[in-house]
Amino acid sequence: MPAQAPLTTPVLEAARLRKHFTIKHAGKTQHLHAVDDVSVVVRPGEALGLVGESGCGKSTLARLLSRLLEIDTGSLTLEGVDVAGIPVGRFASSPQRRLIQMVFQDPTESLNPRFSIFDAIADPVRMLVKPRSRAELARRVEAAAGQVGLAPELLSRFPHQLSGGQKARVGIARAMAVEPKLLVLDEPTSALDVSVQATVLKLLAKLRRQAGVALLFVSHDLNVVRLLCDRVAVMYLGKIVETGPAREVFAVPRHPYTQALISAIPKIGKRPATAGRLDGEPRSPIDPDPRACRFHGRCPRQQDICAIDPPELRAVGPGREVRCHFPVE
Amino acid sequence: MTALLSVDNLSVEFRTRSGTVRALERVEFEVRPGEMVGIVGESGSGKSVTAYAILGLLDAAARVTSGSILFEGRDLLRLKRAALDEIRGRDAAIVFQNPRTALNPIRSVGRQIADVLARHAPDAPDRIRAKVLDALRSVRIPDPERRALAYPFELSGGMCQRVGIAIALSCAPRLLIADEPTTGLDVTTQAVIMDLIRDMVASRGIGVALITHDLALASQYCDRIVVMHAGHVVETAPVAALFAHARHPYTAKLLSSVPSSVDSIEELSPIEGNLPDLRRADLPPCRFSERCARRQAVCEIGPLPLEALGPDHLVACRRVL
Repeated sequence: MPAQAPLTTPVLEAARLRKHFTIKHAGKTQHLHAVDDVSVVVRPGEALGLVGESGCGKSTLARLLSRLLEIDTGSLTLEGVDVAGIPVGRFASSPQRRLIQMVFQDPTESLNPRFSIFDAIADPVRMLVKPRSRAELARRVEAAAGQVGLAPELLSRFPHQLSGGQKARVGIARAMAVEPKLLVLDEPTSALDVSVQATVLKLLAKLRRQAGVALLFVSHDLNVVRLLCDRVAVMYLGKIVETGPAREVFAVPRHPYTQALISAIPKIGKRPATAGRLDGEPRSPIDPDPRACRFHGRCPRQQDICAIDPPELRAVGPGREVRCHFPVE
Repeated sequence: MTALLSVDNLSVEFRTRSGTVRALERVEFEVRPGEMVGIVGESGSGKSVTAYAILGLLDAAARVTSGSILFEGRDLLRLKRAALDEIRGRDAAIVFQNPRTALNPIRSVGRQIADVLARHAPDAPDRIRAKVLDALRSVRIPDPERRALAYPFELSGGMCQRVGIAIALSCAPRLLIADEPTTGLDVTTQAVIMDLIRDMVASRGIGVALITHDLALASQYCDRIVVMHAGHVVETAPVAALFAHARHPYTAKLLSSVPSSVDSIEELSPIEGNLPDLRRADLPPCRFSERCARRQAVCEIGPLPLEALGPDHLVACRRVL
């Protein structure tokens, strides 16, 4: 990727996002801290991976950034335009809607079974691009289908007549048809067979190259993120704990959680690293102790201070941040 | 060394409304005591059908049309139901893929372990209780006295799977079938569960058949790998030999199509074509041939046997790499 000039407007810039869910349980009101104090920047054409395990908040964050969910506090701009202030309902019909499109995890569940493939792709084009004629609409739909390698004869079919891989392509075509600057992909390959995953991943890499679209790739599969993303942000219990260039973070993780995560990934040819296994359960995200680091209790490097002084995200190198009092060297 | 489990010439069909699915054809492999064998394949390869066939858990539409499944010398396919029931759960056990659905939602986990013990090793209640706590400790569940009273919904996925393993191991079986035991679990939890299973192999000398689509996982934990494609075993080899030099074209293609085995997206190479429809009457002898770049006339000659190319290295191919 060519170096971006520092003054290039980011496609997306989010600062200090917060999203808490209210839970009423046994007469008490509690708050689930899904996303806390999260800042994200995505530059044009960049691929940012958002990784973390179940309950870390990455899917909630993806929905906040895609404006499918209201933000509690924090700022969000798309190409410099503030969108945090626009309610989710109105955002759907604002000009910024087409800048950021989402590709969902399960292509079977996210396609309307009563829409033909043509209509599935045409629907967002009609709403957000407002083509002047049926001919223009058809051209755009066919172009989007061609871009993802969908054979034209599939356009008249319905989702149940398509294979998993074909449906995944439809989800991507539908998102690309409005020419977005950023695609948010929430686990786009985890519901797919192994053999289909490779095809979809190569397609995403190709779309980045050819259309210059940026990707925000949410996944628990670190191998996929390693291959596709320039930068990666690691989340744990609602907070970002580490960011940096993907290759660097994978090669030399600085946060103890990232280190445990990466050593747990099976890699062909390597015997499992039994030292440094992360056992136990994460803390509860419900009303967490605001004074403690959220990884305290499971962290192999924890000290007393970690329970009373929550660490901030700090730079530890160019483009590298870690939220830890005792980052790994 | 006598094999613990020896599957030979196993063929299974499913009768469906749209035709007969020839799900397994002449499947052959073995599991020895103290080793973990990875049964690896994509969905549709027949690996789960194989796992279920071993313990007689296939549904009513399935028919075993040939073969034998020898467990400690006894053919499980030819045993009467009562004899199979004795073996299943006690001498040979299974860990299922989705721990939440495998457990009974309305019974505490302690009771579920006790149920298995009561069936196979009846004893006084306080002795059973002690064995339940031991079983929970053996899978490193902290605070076992309290956890034994918990219901599956109160436990995380990883905890439920540990309970599933505890149930499977409660009567000290010699053979464990693990059907995708860590699919759906976080990678850090997966590592802990797999370490646990491997420790069991080492400390108890059990034989494990690990069914998985995750090649990297199999490469890390298994001693030998059985690669399946469309109902056939295509290659069997010790793990180092398989990953250093796969001999079957499908194995090689599979290895370069998974993210865990390549270093860049350019190296990722999807397998062209699709699995053949297993209801076809005209399936070729090699079910990969229609997608194989190395296909020649000799590939049409059936049947295609597994042939030894090296120590413990078997391949079903006439144009090996």
